[in-house]
Amino acid sequence: MSERILLQGNEACALGAIRAGCRFYAGYPITPSSEIAEVMARELPKIGGVFIQMEDELASAAAIIGASLAGVKAMTATSGPGFSLMQEAIGYACMAETPVVFVDVQRGGPSTGLPTRPGQGDIMQARWGTHGDHPIITLYPSTVEEVYELIIEAFNLAEEFRNPVIFLMDEVLGHIRESVTLPPDEDIEIISRKSDEEFEEAEEIFLPFEERENVEVIPLAKMGKTRFHVTGLVHDESGFPVGTSNIAGKLLRRLENKIRLHADRIIKYEEFMVKDAEILVIAYGSVARSALRAVKMARLDDIPVGLFRPITIWPFPFKRLKELSKHISGVVVAEMNLGQVAREVSRVFKSRQHFELVSRVDGELISPSEILDAITKMYAGMTEF
Amino acid sequence: MKTAKLIEYLRVDRMPTVWCPGCGNGIIMKATVDAIDRLGLSKSEVAIVSGIGCSSRVTGYLDFNTLHTLHGRAIAFATGVKLARPDMTVIVMGGDGDMLAIGGNHFIHACRRNLNLTVIVFNNSIYGMTGGQYSPTTPTYAMASTAPYGSIEKPFDVVDLATSSGATYVARSTVYHYELTVKFIKAAIEHKGMAVVDVITNCHTYFGRYNKIPDPSEMLEQFKEKSIPLSKAEELSENELKDRIIIGEFRKVESPDFQELYKQLQEKARGEDGYKA
Repeated sequence: MSERILLQGNEACALGAIRAGCRFYAGYPITPSSEIAEVMARELPKIGGVFIQMEDELASAAAIIGASLAGVKAMTATSGPGFSLMQEAIGYACMAETPVVFVDVQRGGPSTGLPTRPGQGDIMQARWGTHGDHPIITLYPSTVEEVYELIIEAFNLAEEFRNPVIFLMDEVLGHIRESVTLPPDEDIEIISRKSDEEFEEAEEIFLPFEERENVEVIPLAKMGKTRFHVTGLVHDESGFPVGTSNIAGKLLRRLENKIRLHADRIIKYEEFMVKDAEILVIAYGSVARSALRAVKMARLDDIPVGLFRPITIWPFPFKRLKELSKHISGVVVAEMNLGQVAREVSRVFKSRQHFELVSRVDGELISPSEILDAITKMYAGMTEF
Repeated sequence: MKTAKLIEYLRVDRMPTVWCPGCGNGIIMKATVDAIDRLGLSKSEVAIVSGIGCSSRVTGYLDFNTLHTLHGRAIAFATGVKLARPDMTVIVMGGDGDMLAIGGNHFIHACRRNLNLTVIVFNNSIYGMTGGQYSPTTPTYAMASTAPYGSIEKPFDVVDLATSSGATYVARSTVYHYELTVKFIKAAIEHKGMAVVDVITNCHTYFGRYNKIPDPSEMLEQFKEKSIPLSKAEELSENELKDRIIIGEFRKVESPDFQELYKQLQEKARGEDGYKA
């Protein structure tokens, strides 16, 4: 039996990252994410890793990309304002196909907003914060135990797809303390950097973006054995800038396809009592915990309601929601923003279906009773006739 | 013969460069590979990081591990590379705008940390790639596309900035002084800790044209005339040094670099549990 320990969400995030093989952390203090940096500063040097507190978030994001290109798994953590500052570098990591993990423990926004209170307003920033079309993976756990497991998954996906992964949390999840059973080694899969053996001793320059047959994600080479060039400019398979339009178009489509064509493999969600549900509650992160409670309470009143909790936020689980929409008559989306996920959900569910957004942007967690109210009212409206 | 040998460090297939004919950037690029050659470093154990701008395109022509990164962030990217791979020789190359305006914060903090990096500033006092706007090293009253009446701002002195921020090797040369530039870059690479080499170079296309010295050779002549060795400069008054370029090694001190101190910290961490909030 694994031991049960009391962990805070932010601590679980740091410890899970280390378990995933993260050996470089660069960050800048910001509420409510700072505990992640504090745990990293304490633990990384013990195991030969490096922690550095950079001068700002721009530097933190750049440093982790540099470390990753040099061959070490790397992460940073921040909150809304810092996440905004990191956006340019996220685009660079997409373009240079660098595996890195960005943690954003969300607080109330915009701007300095509500530093010590939860928010979920960075859903779209996680998707579209950096300029230009780009591939992105975003995960969002809802319990401390899941934080630990999912941050490992975040590192795995980053390595597997050679892409930055955004790991969303929120202030409630970051600061809540729960007893957690850490998974034993045999239950954890850790994907290591795919290194190109062939190029280990090569005299030739390594082609970091060369498309190969039957190889979906191009491995990275080790610096010191060979050498390579990367740039944020549009480039060909050699990594050198090319300004021609056919190469630019090909590159952007390949980058998009890297995630889009593998969405089924990436997407994770959790469902509770959806089979016979007529009403579907959609919630994620800490709000999903309130939603689960609300669904259980509504079920006691014989209301046919289920919960759908996206764990992967981007790519968004449209396919599964489309399937569910066939037997769902009403949808309640609960989120701590003005409807960022609700807007995505509305692309799947038609106007003939009942649609309700339970939204809070005042820094307070949405309570089970608020969601239950919405469910009850919707069900009453559906059964009026 | 020498030049022919240095070509092996260049990616000739990526040339011609984006630089204007007569640009001093090529001289600094050659001086850098010349220094690397004299040190006998292998191409794969060197990483060169640059940001954005004319001079930052240098990474595209150099046959090492080369990272052409974001505007201003080269030193921050290099910090990650160096700490992840302490065995690599990490060199940062870029312009005065990239290093001292948008990247100024990273510049001073890398100096303060005494990171074992070599930073080569291509200092031409102008933003070339975007069309000749004034930069943090544009002299007061010099003309630029965004200073049509002359710049009213005071320029940064790269050497002063690096020295007061804590860099442990600081030198200045000009593209006129090729051998001196090679010597300083070589010393900078050999130096353990943050090494900054400020190389004054010519952008005749913009700085030159706006300031009535559009001829590259004339700009180089001016560098020659204006330059004065540090030892001689020390004997002159501030007034006599006005408009002069002081060249030489300004700082060369032994001091534990970030890596060395971090190694000690790792040892300490293994024995202790550390502060726990």
